[in-house]
Amino acid sequence: MAPLLEVRNLTVAFDTPGGTVHAVNDVSYALDEGETLGIVGESGSGKSVHVLAMCGLIPRPPGRIVSGQVLFQGRDLLTLSERDLRDIRGGQIGFVFQDPMTSLNPVLTVERQLVELIRRHTKLDAKAARARAIELLEIVRIPDAARRIGQYPHQFSGGMRQRVMIAIGVACRPKLLIADEATTALDVTVQAQILDMVKDLKREFGTTVIWITHDMGVVAGIADSIQVMYGGRIMERGPVDAIFADPRSAYSWGLLQSLPTAERRTEGRLHQIPGSPPDLYKPALGDPFAPRNAFATPRCLVEMPPLRQAEGSVPGHLVAAWYDLPAALKARRETVA
Amino acid sequence: MSTSPTHPLLSVRNLAKHYTSGGGWFGGASHLVKAIDDVSFDIAPREIVGLVGESGSGKSTTGRVVLRLEEPTGGEIRFDGHDITSLPARELKAFRRQMQVVFQDPYAALNPRMTVGDFVAEPLIVHGLVTSRSERSDRVAALFKQVGLDPRFMTRYPHEFSGGQRQRVNIARAVAMRPRLIIADEPITALDVSIQAQIINLFQDLQQELGMAYLFIAHDLSMVRYLCHRVAVMLRGRLVEIAPTEAIFSDPRHPYTRSLLSAIPIPNPAIERARRPLAFDYETQKPAPDAVLTEVSPGHFVLI
Repeated sequence: MAPLLEVRNLTVAFDTPGGTVHAVNDVSYALDEGETLGIVGESGSGKSVHVLAMCGLIPRPPGRIVSGQVLFQGRDLLTLSERDLRDIRGGQIGFVFQDPMTSLNPVLTVERQLVELIRRHTKLDAKAARARAIELLEIVRIPDAARRIGQYPHQFSGGMRQRVMIAIGVACRPKLLIADEATTALDVTVQAQILDMVKDLKREFGTTVIWITHDMGVVAGIADSIQVMYGGRIMERGPVDAIFADPRSAYSWGLLQSLPTAERRTEGRLHQIPGSPPDLYKPALGDPFAPRNAFATPRCLVEMPPLRQAEGSVPGHLVAAWYDLPAALKARRETVA
Repeated sequence: MSTSPTHPLLSVRNLAKHYTSGGGWFGGASHLVKAIDDVSFDIAPREIVGLVGESGSGKSTTGRVVLRLEEPTGGEIRFDGHDITSLPARELKAFRRQMQVVFQDPYAALNPRMTVGDFVAEPLIVHGLVTSRSERSDRVAALFKQVGLDPRFMTRYPHEFSGGQRQRVNIARAVAMRPRLIIADEPITALDVSIQAQIINLFQDLQQELGMAYLFIAHDLSMVRYLCHRVAVMLRGRLVEIAPTEAIFSDPRHPYTRSLLSAIPIPNPAIERARRPLAFDYETQKPAPDAVLTEVSPGHFVLI
């Protein structure tokens, strides 16, 4: 079966007065139907920019697609007209962004925004579209949906607005739902409810999901597979259990080590990744994480490693590393002992 | 209520901050918003107390009122035994030196037109703690080293720094006054994950070197559990539970605390798949207006 989404060698740059920002560098991956992919990374990792770029949502200029293909159900999104893309966005591909206030139109009621979207992408008439809109608000558990649908975005609390955003994201039963830090600004109890709801939607509609976050805890619960990005590149990709139990990229390992777990409370100090995130104006010749990586080899500094199968791990666990992390960790433990 | 065995550094009793909203010239019913209501807690010298709760729970307001950046509408704030609740600005100044603040957004807190060195030196000058230019420069250089910044960066401007470095600059300014209490309001929330551990380690190192106490306001409960000695939980302006950290996490008593803890995502796929968050319904489970903090086990207080 062909994958639902296939990103091939996507490279995105921004031309700014300060120079060219190399935001996404040669990113390739495939997403199967029904899969939930958690993309983890920090600011500048390219995790958000690459999905915006592939759906035609970056301003051009200053943004520029340098190269690549994005095959969605066999069609290259990067070659489609703005009109065709608009048909896909909100229809086949739904979005949920971090800040609902900037994505919702403040002067239109929620009803207007939902009904217009549904009518643009389906053949439903006004009455049926309204019924569908109310049903969607009920699915995202907005109490008293039939009354609240007539309200404006500012009349909803932050958590309720984010639910409205999710209702909009899934309104047309998209094949693919892309959520970018969709629960980051929310309180943990609301976040837990929304994650539960997304799991229900997956079960009910078989939706394929890309969940972008910096929170390793969130993706541990929702994702089938994890993709770790850094400096505009994919550092590691694989099944969720393999990434957490047997990380092969020093960056993923460092992120997991820096989390304050029960064991680390007794050690009295958190593992910290030294240094600062990379300067995207001056992309590294080699592995972008190498300057912060205690296990880097001389080759890491001068040549970007390819993303390839991690030796001795499960199939589909890919890593971009010249160094051998398990061997390096073992050697370090022996030195300490 | 006594929550610490030693003489408290900060003691807050029945603190309230109420606003009236609505009403006004065009009529309409005005109603009272209790941003914080009847909040009482102590912080001992060198103690780290975490203050957690959802947005709108009043945790930031509590920090601001304790610092008297906002005026309380009721209750009492004592610092080192002195009642500072209604001290006039002139007399408050001496206490302000001893209570510093670190905010969430490290860039917004900085002055973009001031070199970071001058920004760190500013409170030293205001409080007359340095007399000569060379003394000032030496002090700032020492502070930079203390927070892990290269003193050669003193003449640079905030935009030349990363988020983590900017937060280090803010921390340097806060510790410049040798405060006894730092109120840190979500100090790592805006930082990248790979940088958060650096800043938490810095807070911990400084606390040990300088013997400060912290009120650490946060919503990342796993970091609170790691860093804090005691944890206080707020719900819609009221403090519903306060206890030693491990007691809160292993034996939460208030239904809201239980719900909050059950919702924390754990970076472990097996645990996450099995997690069932506990619901909390404010309308049916909210604290009674006359509820009081009651000691249920040594040092463990619950609003019942």
